[in-house]
Amino acid sequence: MLKKYIEKAQIIILAASSMITTITIFLIVIFLFTYGLEFFSNSAVEKGFDIAVHSSNPVSKLSPTQVQQIFDQEFISWNAVGGSNDSLEILHMEDLAIHYTEEQIGLEFEHMGTCISDYLSNHPNAITIIPKANIDPSFHGKIIQVSNLQLKDIFTTSKWFPTSKPVALFGILPMILGTLLVSFGAIILALPLGIATAIYMAEIMKPSWRKFIKPTIELLAGIPSVVFGFFGLVVIVPIIKDVFQLEVGETALAGSVILAIMALPTIITITEDALKNVPNAVREASLSLGASKWQTILHVVIPFAKNGINTATVLGIGRAIGETMAVLMVTGNSAIIPHSFLQPVRTIPATIAAELGEVSFGGTHFQALFALGCILFLFSMSITLYVNYISRPKHKI
Amino acid sequence: MNKYLIEKIIFWIFRIMAFLVVGILFWILAFIAAEGMQVISWEFIFSMPKEGMTQGGIFPAIVGTICLMIGSMLFAFPIGVMSAIYLNEFLLPGKLKTFINLMTDNLAGIPSIVFGLFGMALFVNKLHFGDSILAGSLTLGLFVLPIIIRTTETALKSIDDTYRHASYAMGASKLYTIKNVVIPMAMPNIITGLILGMGRVSGETAPILFTVAAYFLPQLPDSIYDQVMALPYHLYVLATSGTDIESSRPMAYGTALVLIFIVLICNLTANFIRSIKN
Repeated sequence: MLKKYIEKAQIIILAASSMITTITIFLIVIFLFTYGLEFFSNSAVEKGFDIAVHSSNPVSKLSPTQVQQIFDQEFISWNAVGGSNDSLEILHMEDLAIHYTEEQIGLEFEHMGTCISDYLSNHPNAITIIPKANIDPSFHGKIIQVSNLQLKDIFTTSKWFPTSKPVALFGILPMILGTLLVSFGAIILALPLGIATAIYMAEIMKPSWRKFIKPTIELLAGIPSVVFGFFGLVVIVPIIKDVFQLEVGETALAGSVILAIMALPTIITITEDALKNVPNAVREASLSLGASKWQTILHVVIPFAKNGINTATVLGIGRAIGETMAVLMVTGNSAIIPHSFLQPVRTIPATIAAELGEVSFGGTHFQALFALGCILFLFSMSITLYVNYISRPKHKI
Repeated sequence: MNKYLIEKIIFWIFRIMAFLVVGILFWILAFIAAEGMQVISWEFIFSMPKEGMTQGGIFPAIVGTICLMIGSMLFAFPIGVMSAIYLNEFLLPGKLKTFINLMTDNLAGIPSIVFGLFGMALFVNKLHFGDSILAGSLTLGLFVLPIIIRTTETALKSIDDTYRHASYAMGASKLYTIKNVVIPMAMPNIITGLILGMGRVSGETAPILFTVAAYFLPQLPDSIYDQVMALPYHLYVLATSGTDIESSRPMAYGTALVLIFIVLICNLTANFIRSIKN
């Protein structure tokens, strides 16, 4: 009797263990998306601060990008943001001491609000940052509504200035394009090399040679990514610098080359498995019709193994897009929209790795990095679903 | 042109490409080995880093990595094996099995940096483990879980059903059969999964960046709540952000060689176990 209960308990423990992967996925989704979506409830203005103008200024709403452009002095006149034709005057908080004495501002800046209020009423075209704590009922200026961070903004803004003041800009377009460029380059390099190697191993090579090459390829898969990154940094980067006569060798191309080497084992093993699964009868039928070995491979074996090769390509791309350390070490990490392979770029995973260590827990920048994590997660999930879809049993002949 | 001539040319191109791939691997290994051998010594392996990490050794990083390998396996190995047993021996094909398999594939496909984000949010902050061996081991454990599950499943599938039926025919229960017949037979391949998992864990950087890895900590850990240095992160630091990158280069080569050595030992041991079994 007792024995039966013990057996039952053991089976329940086994069943519970098998749920861990599912639970983990759910937890990852919950954490990533809670923090990632909180990002969009934030104002882009630095916490505890507001943007203020003269009360008669017709402008009452600005987007984060517009605020940043104003404070970067990219605009001369208010009409650039839909206001009057008067010229823009920016009052930086540190300049307050030029216009007012220390007594007026107060030793602890306790009268700062009054000073800013006074300055704004005398300068109708001024714009300034004001600490929220210093806004009292006697404040004469008008607080500008800065719109919250929005999904379309982060995909259309081309600037990633997560710590700039008074507004932070979170344009992820440079990172998305950087990731795509590096991965695209990697797959262009790795695919022909990988598929050729797989065909050679599965169809042409003597089995005795294969015994030597296959473990070697598996070894390549085992080398840690940080070692690839280091190798890239000390070998590939200087080569690229010399060959293309660049000032810095840390470029998208360096990333592509390293990622291509890293994606090779994935592409080769999966393609080779797919080719090995093609029944010999099919090959023999083709050969007996007088086709050469190459004609058989090209017209019979490869079409037969199409799904496997497809899977290999997609998983290779997945490996390239998600790779962090190697890319972080060789691509130069500048968050600008890339125009060629010979420019430094920054990828999504590299951004997370480089910046997460420096952010405060729960802040806007922290949430932005989780939003980037969400993009990576959705991407890897689509790849898994796609691979499962193309390799599902009923597709097999 | 003669179709056999075309074939010959194309096959030669393929041959060159295949040997190019193998050549790249040997280039990397030979390069790291040649540069690294010059700094490897007992002192390098068994002493603390000194002088802004340009002198001394990498002992704390080696110990840290070993702690993480053991810690993550203490968590991932039992759960992975039990999970595979349930999936392979108990769960009948159906929607649930498809779903769990899909989730396992999904977990295997998630980029390692996302594990870093997740581990930092859950283990370091929500569960208040702080940057610690515990948080790092759990994060790495989740990361290798799919590998353990998949290798164990393959090991269990390779055991012919006749053994199971023979055991049932003698009146043994299903659990008894699994414990005393299936697992012992599958053990060498299950151990292979454990060793491959350890090799994988030893080289991962992204999951430990924000969960355990210390930039510079010349002492050994006292408890599982301590931070440690780890080889892959140490290599990253030496290569990119050390205090004096040029003079820490030799240290970086040495670290890379030790790291590759650990991974190779794991892979070769796994291959060796597999080959005696067959």
